Amino acid sequence: MSLLQVKDLHTSFFTDAGEVKAVDGITFNLDRGKILGIVGESGSGKSVTAYSIMRILAPTGKIVHGSIKLEDTEIVGADEKVMHGIRGNKISIIFQDPMTSLNPTYTIEKQLMEGIMLHTGRNRRQARERALEMLQLVNVNEPKKRMKQYPFELSGGMRQRVMIAMALANEPDILIADEPTTALDVTIQAQILDLMQDLQHKLGMSIILITHDLGVVAQMCDEVVVMYAGSICERGTAEEIFYNPRHEYTKGLMRSIPTAANNGQCLEPISGTPVDLLNMPKGCPFAPRCDRAMKVCLSRRPGMLVINQDHYAACWINVKDFMDSEAGKQGAPIPYEEGVKHHD
Amino acid sequence: MIEQKKHSPLVEVKGLKQYFDIDVGFFRTKPLKAVDDVSFTINRGETLGLVGESGCGKTTVGRSMLHLYKPTGGEVWFDGQKMETPEDIRNLRKKATMVFQDPYSSLNPRMTVSDIVAEPLDVHKMYKDKAKRNARVLELLELVGLNSEHASRYAHEFSGGQRQRIGIARSLAINPGFIVCDEPVSALDVSIQAQVINMFDELQERLQLTYLFIAHDLLVVRHISDRIAVMYLGKMVELAPAEEIYNHPLHPYSRSLLSSVPLPDPRMARANKRIVLKGDIPSPLNAPSGCPFRTRCQYAAEVCAQSMPPFEEVKPGHFVACHRLEHIH
Repeated sequence: MSLLQVKDLHTSFFTDAGEVKAVDGITFNLDRGKILGIVGESGSGKSVTAYSIMRILAPTGKIVHGSIKLEDTEIVGADEKVMHGIRGNKISIIFQDPMTSLNPTYTIEKQLMEGIMLHTGRNRRQARERALEMLQLVNVNEPKKRMKQYPFELSGGMRQRVMIAMALANEPDILIADEPTTALDVTIQAQILDLMQDLQHKLGMSIILITHDLGVVAQMCDEVVVMYAGSICERGTAEEIFYNPRHEYTKGLMRSIPTAANNGQCLEPISGTPVDLLNMPKGCPFAPRCDRAMKVCLSRRPGMLVINQDHYAACWINVKDFMDSEAGKQGAPIPYEEGVKHHD
Repeated sequence: MIEQKKHSPLVEVKGLKQYFDIDVGFFRTKPLKAVDDVSFTINRGETLGLVGESGCGKTTVGRSMLHLYKPTGGEVWFDGQKMETPEDIRNLRKKATMVFQDPYSSLNPRMTVSDIVAEPLDVHKMYKDKAKRNARVLELLELVGLNSEHASRYAHEFSGGQRQRIGIARSLAINPGFIVCDEPVSALDVSIQAQVINMFDELQERLQLTYLFIAHDLLVVRHISDRIAVMYLGKMVELAPAEEIYNHPLHPYSRSLLSSVPLPDPRMARANKRIVLKGDIPSPLNAPSGCPFRTRCQYAAEVCAQSMPPFEEVKPGHFVACHRLEHIH
């Protein structure tokens, strides 16, 4: 059984302008010891997915429907007491900007000890020892000196290391990293990604890595989920997604990034602008920007189609391809993913 | 004649220095050497990419070149003329402009799009006839893929990509020959970023523009640039044609910087041998003596602490500043 199972999750924000369906029916699993990447552009719902799992949504946000299961524990609807035992203990999160997520008025030591004492019942002395051990684990130089310093005295990369130390202090099963290196320079990004990979090997936790950078995904992830406008376009192993993309959005993304292969040529951007989440199109959310959109794409949401056991895609073109194939012509049922409700 | 002109230098920067005085206690200041002795030329019609990490001085180079800051030292030559008097600088502003990184804070929220785009025209009093001025505004909007419907709207009504188009239209208003593009696509999503990059390419061809393209995304810079310069802590450490620097970087910093870029291809990314640097960038207020990179350089020797290596041409068109070139393998 998967460590984390997200099933048909719907999270909305209720604003004055109306309901914003930030996450609109997504399903995926995370296995033990794997790194899952969630990619998408701003507003695609990747962070809201993470916040839903942690149940740290803003007051206007609400999980409307669906289920999130950490092994046997249901997170949706669980009371705060249960969540206290999960947050920072079984699932931890680190954020993009380590400056705003550390408390500027506390020393590093105090912030590290807080979480350790809350969850493990260690006394102050033991917690301090554990805090120092964690700083050594994440390769902070001069850890004893750093313990007494305040966040503003550290560089960006160092702060992100402290965040990671804090998140891993209680040996969680899952680390959610929400754009952990976006604010950092490339050479520092390389250090942090190396560190995350190294710690994942040492501690054996699973990681959900949220990013907009396909390069980071290619380097780090075993599995990939591609999101657009609150839905999953396609998901599968990194190999499948990068070398055999089946959704037009994923293909478009790959064509829009400059690489060694398309150097000197014109890039092929995705036309149009991102969807307005307040006025979602009726059919496939990507259809208005899709060059190959058919009539059905504009009126009905595609279901999640099984491409192979490592690869799922929600795109009508794949359904059409199946219908045109030998098996389809002989009347075989369309291989939709089991147990997931299809929207019309 | 025209062909000859095409490859002649348009902008020459010689020994540019830009220091800022930083308060370090009561009545005491210390110079922060944001840009220290940087020299390069940009030829007509080419794109020079300028890369480096935050705080390395790449934005300051762009701004000092246009005299948005008064340079502490060094010379800027534009079109064969040295920029000295206020008159020179006024003239420079009619030929050289800038596109900014953040399309949100660089557009005045109280002005309509047509007023934003027309502002440079009004400042330089380029059109006396209002109808002609408005026609020029429409022409500019069409040039960047917007239309007359957008002219009377306000910046907040547009998406990030469209705002950046407005910023570009504004910079094109005075018909410049040279544009400093300061991280123009970093704030945009991947799919929109590609649209804007293509537009920079098209405009360059149509209007024969010369760009200084400042960015930290090395894949983007490689795509758009003819030559690339790498900066570290206020110094230029390497300058070479784009393909040359990607395939044969010489400076240890460039080598590590380029190997750190995550490639969007799982097999290549995993096979890629990254040279991960130790430690952080030193504060520019306490820059190391000699070569600024020596504190993080695995090849550093005594000589590196004693003097800044000269910026020398080691292969045709390939400049590098490193004492230890023979020792790098």
